[in-house]
Amino acid sequence: METIKLTDAQLQELTKHATSIRRNIISMVTEAKSGHPGGSLSATDILTVLYFHVLKTGADQATDPNRDRFVLSKGHAAPVLYSVLAERGYFPQEELLTFRKIDSRLQGHPSMKDVPGVDMSTGSLGQGLSAANGMALAARLDNRDYRVYAMLGDGELEEGQVWEAAMLAAHYKLDNVTAFVDYNGLQIDGPIGEIMSPLPIPEKWRAFGWNVLEIDGHDYQAIYDAVQIAQTVKGKPTMIVARTVKGKGVCQMENVVDWHGKAPTAEQCELFLQDLLD
Amino acid sequence: MAKATRDAYGETLKDLGAVNKDIVVLDADLSKSTKTNVFAKAYPDRFFNCGIAEQNMIGTAAGLAAAGKIPFASTFAMFATGRAYEQVRNSVCYPKLNVKIAATHAGLTVGEDGASHQTVEDISLMRTLPNMTVIVPADAAETSGAIEFAVKHQGPVYIRLGRMAVPDLFGADYQFELGRASQLREGADVTLIACGLMTAAALEAAELLKADGVEARVLNMATIKPIDAQAIMKAAKDTGAIVTCEEHSIYGGLGSAVAEVLMEHAPAPAERVGILDTFGESGTPAALLKKYKLTAADIVAAAKRVIARKA
Repeated sequence: METIKLTDAQLQELTKHATSIRRNIISMVTEAKSGHPGGSLSATDILTVLYFHVLKTGADQATDPNRDRFVLSKGHAAPVLYSVLAERGYFPQEELLTFRKIDSRLQGHPSMKDVPGVDMSTGSLGQGLSAANGMALAARLDNRDYRVYAMLGDGELEEGQVWEAAMLAAHYKLDNVTAFVDYNGLQIDGPIGEIMSPLPIPEKWRAFGWNVLEIDGHDYQAIYDAVQIAQTVKGKPTMIVARTVKGKGVCQMENVVDWHGKAPTAEQCELFLQDLLD
Repeated sequence: MAKATRDAYGETLKDLGAVNKDIVVLDADLSKSTKTNVFAKAYPDRFFNCGIAEQNMIGTAAGLAAAGKIPFASTFAMFATGRAYEQVRNSVCYPKLNVKIAATHAGLTVGEDGASHQTVEDISLMRTLPNMTVIVPADAAETSGAIEFAVKHQGPVYIRLGRMAVPDLFGADYQFELGRASQLREGADVTLIACGLMTAAALEAAELLKADGVEARVLNMATIKPIDAQAIMKAAKDTGAIVTCEEHSIYGGLGSAVAEVLMEHAPAPAERVGILDTFGESGTPAALLKKYKLTAADIVAAAKRVIARKA
């Protein structure tokens, strides 16, 4: 189908935002001395496109019943969600440095009660898609045309509840649900294929009755195209299997499983930020 | 008259559903047993069968609540609180979403299905969750009142319902009040605090005790959380001896909740009638209640023990 193309100016703007978001991810995890940089960096480009070009929402619409929703089912990637929300003006960027600290609303995993723009509390893997489906059912009952987006990790697909939710979304023909798998290939203990293989991922979702698209999760136009296609599909939810690089954007972090849940030292932070200059 | 609390649940849900269009109902392939099929028949567009997938059912309910609906999620208590415990904790209670879990077939009196289906831990599991309200109705009228309350209340509610018919204790004009024990009988020698089907047994026990010259106060403690601490403290002061009666483990349920209040505010001898750290087994409800010592005679024996312990 014919999709809307991003202009060069828009692409440059996205790169600028994504770089800023990546810098904030590194800085906030370093400051917190804990957190999950690898899977935050792999998901950054998708969230940037969603929040700057796709989601019908914004800081002034954080509780608008007609807004689009986003559920970060892989809640440990909280740094990218908080950074993108700050980049979109939901709260000041300086607040990112309170991440994981006592009395901060920026909890280690997202809490919807505390943070404007967080549509669902997540963190315990496997639970986000179910909630996204519930929101999508509510949209149908209320005749609202908002859409619900969700992002799952590839390791997260090992959770049984994901497949219960996959069944439900297809059974109730939730074409207002668009989900992503952040397919970076690594989980805490190693490559997903070696730890407990959820492969082949696209075939599984197809077998569960989903419309499946496969893209490069760092290609802005590909992300935007996939979302536009998903919006036109009737009677089926869409799963966008996005091939990504864990630690994307920081050379020393890329494809290194150790950076799943480890904070850089102050010295490493300085070095890593050199990879993320405008 | 006698009616199962699950029957009262299904009928009340249908009645309230006519008035409040935000009420939606989810079930996990047990709608004929939980009686949500009554609602499903009346409002098919607001009923979602989630299949045999309780974790997803609770998560879906959380999403519906996040978008402004008032979801009632039903299945057997074993699966609602056990299989889906962590979903109840992390997807419902932590974000304080407006999900109502009305779970049926609680306790031993599921009967012949046996231990795999007899949850005697659910009150304990639900009671420890922050933001959760826990209600164990004793009869049909109290069930209706509890469901009406749950619709109006903003936040998670767990309502424990039974399979078998229980005698009517309250009239149709009964007003359920959260966190308030109802005194069903006055007495000065001992207080029997009960919930669910054990309230009827406690009343029967009070009659038996009267024949032995013992006057027992009977409190129906439908709300386990928040517990009516004032009524417990008053009972300890007035009668000096307490017996708790529940179709649940003696660990973590009504007996524990009462003991916590007594320990901190009104130390008094107490005995717990409940299931003694064991699994159940197959059998008729009556046979199970007898074997696991949950009858009026067992309450009488506990009352005599606790009275003997009075200073």
